[in-house]
Amino acid sequence: MTKSSSSSTVIKAEKLNLDFETNDGVVHALRDLDLEIEAGEFVSFIGPSGCGKTTFLRVIADLETPTAGSIAVNGQTPDQARLARAYGYVFQAPALLSWRTINRNISLPLEIMGLSRAEQQERVERTINLVGLDGFGGKFPWQLSGGMQQRASIARALAFDADLMLMDEPFGALDEIVRDHLNEQVLQLWKKTGKTICFVTHSIPEAVYLSTKIVVMSPRPGRITDVITSDLPDDRPLDIRETPKFLEIAQRVREGLREGHADE
Amino acid sequence: MTNLQKLLNAAATLCGFYALVTGIGALSPALLVAAGLVIAGGLRLSPVLAGAWPGAWSIVMRSQFDLLISFVAAGAVLAALHDGMAGAVWAIAIAAWLHGWLAVEKTIADDARSMGHNWVVSLGVPLFFGFWLLFFWEALTIGLGIPTVLLPPPSMIGARLVSSTAILMADFRQTFLKAVLAGYAIGCGSAVLVAILVDRNDFLRRGLLPIGNFISALPIIGVAPIMVMWFGFDWQSKAAVIVIMTFFPMMVNTLSGLSAASVMERDLLNTYAAGYWQSLFKLRLPAAMPFIFNALKINSTLALIGAIVAEFFGTPIVGIGFRISTEVGRMNLDMVWAEIAVAALAGSASYGALSLLERRVTFWHPSYRTE
Ligand SMILES: Nc1ncnc2c1ncn2[C@@H]1O[C@H](COP(=O)(O)OP(=O)(O)OP(=O)(O)O)[C@@H](O)[C@H]1O
Ligand SMILES: [Mg+2]
Repeated sequence: MTKSSSSSTVIKAEKLNLDFETNDGVVHALRDLDLEIEAGEFVSFIGPSGCGKTTFLRVIADLETPTAGSIAVNGQTPDQARLARAYGYVFQAPALLSWRTINRNISLPLEIMGLSRAEQQERVERTINLVGLDGFGGKFPWQLSGGMQQRASIARALAFDADLMLMDEPFGALDEIVRDHLNEQVLQLWKKTGKTICFVTHSIPEAVYLSTKIVVMSPRPGRITDVITSDLPDDRPLDIRETPKFLEIAQRVREGLREGHADE
Repeated sequence: MTNLQKLLNAAATLCGFYALVTGIGALSPALLVAAGLVIAGGLRLSPVLAGAWPGAWSIVMRSQFDLLISFVAAGAVLAALHDGMAGAVWAIAIAAWLHGWLAVEKTIADDARSMGHNWVVSLGVPLFFGFWLLFFWEALTIGLGIPTVLLPPPSMIGARLVSSTAILMADFRQTFLKAVLAGYAIGCGSAVLVAILVDRNDFLRRGLLPIGNFISALPIIGVAPIMVMWFGFDWQSKAAVIVIMTFFPMMVNTLSGLSAASVMERDLLNTYAAGYWQSLFKLRLPAAMPFIFNALKINSTLALIGAIVAEFFGTPIVGIGFRISTEVGRMNLDMVWAEIAVAALAGSASYGALSLLERRVTFWHPSYRTE
């Protein structure tokens, strides 16, 4: 919450703790998390199921309140940042409204922001094209496959066009080819717009391919075991995934994950 | 032909033979024709015929032929009803019904094979059932000589409907167009508004919801005499009863509907910093629609019952409930049944209209989704 840290710090978590009170005891979802994310970074979060990746994104998004420690988003509290519409969130499930067509689902946040009809339509067309759903705008969510629904929800977050994107396993439900394509698209978009992206994934190659920084987490209690800064060039064709440098980083991520598992 | 179809056809033929053998001298010409048709229908069971003229055979096998036999026989029975019902006439009535059943069986079997939705079938079959209900009602009441005070035949009720149209219209206007529509609109509308208020206010929710559940379980109709004291004899007191009857079911349903949107959908709107009204109109009310329609349908039935029964407790000399209670006293049961028929028609028409509207509004709900 201090302005003393450089103004380009988008997220600053210090000694962040979050416990869930459940019927059978307390779950330490996040334990003593320290993390700083600069503007324009592409940060991937990777770690076993239940290690608190979603919970951390939800804390940033002001959907969950930390039990202890501090978190600042753009130098503001998460609450202020949310009201300032500082971020777009892609949930782990599509969360499309079933009474709205795909087009109208994508334009939902735009309606809420009060954009003009023309502006709404322009953004819907642009983003629906970006995720490869042209021609499906008039369908209802339940008429599309799970992967198509997830792409629609990505389009919706992109149309919202915030400087910070929080993406929770956005490509988890997609096949390899579409996933590769969308990885390229996201990377291009990130390079073009300079957005800050927080990206949760279970795939090591995806994390290494996309990120400037990879945060490895381990469960019970959820904490950060390693932060790997990737020095891959900004220009990343898909076949960069075969290069020694890439494999070296992937190896380090894998070791970080193993360590987390060994601790249990 | 399935085994069931063969069985129905054979049973009808036996009835036809029985009628012909026992009533050959006594039957009217129309009944004789009917018996002959039924027996001719039985010939289709013969494999010889099927082999001799396959083309002709496949035509006479159609359900339309059974329908024809069925209606001719039913008409002959209805025309002969007043001359007393001998066993032979009953046999033809049963044969008529069996051929009707057979026609429906064949139509449904054809429909199951064809793709898509056939409106003729889905509307025609219930209408057909209605016809047979009325037919046996007519045949039994007249044939068995049931006193009309106990149960008048449908033809008598129908005659009443035609001869007393003016009175029935006036009653309909008083009870349905005034009391029911006003009470229903005020009761349901105010309940939705109050539910929205209650939903916002935790104190109200904790206090009012249990009371609402309690009151909606009470037989509210008991307050009808009190409402007459408060609001006078005219339709206003009936509307008041309906408001009280419909209010709590609608409020309770709307409240559950307002919490029907999933946690993730609410989170989504939070991430857009949507205000209370935005999330109400864009998320929570649309998600509540299936619940609201549920209450609208329950209430449409409640409102009609409420208005009719409330009129038993005092009313100007017009109205469905008023007419029922006075005509019962005068033993004019045909008029009572005519009023009941009007009420039933109005009730089913409004229920049907609501169901259609529900389909249009909540088309996205898993129970209505298409494609
Ligand atoms: N609302 C909640 N109430 C209680 N416990 C919760 C709640 N949400 C999450 N948890 C617990 O917090 C821990 C972290 O959950 P979280 O959803 O952040 O995991 P994750 O890393 O996103 O896992 P996955 O990869 O499976 O999505 C888990 O142990 C989970 O059971
Ligand atoms: Mg998760």
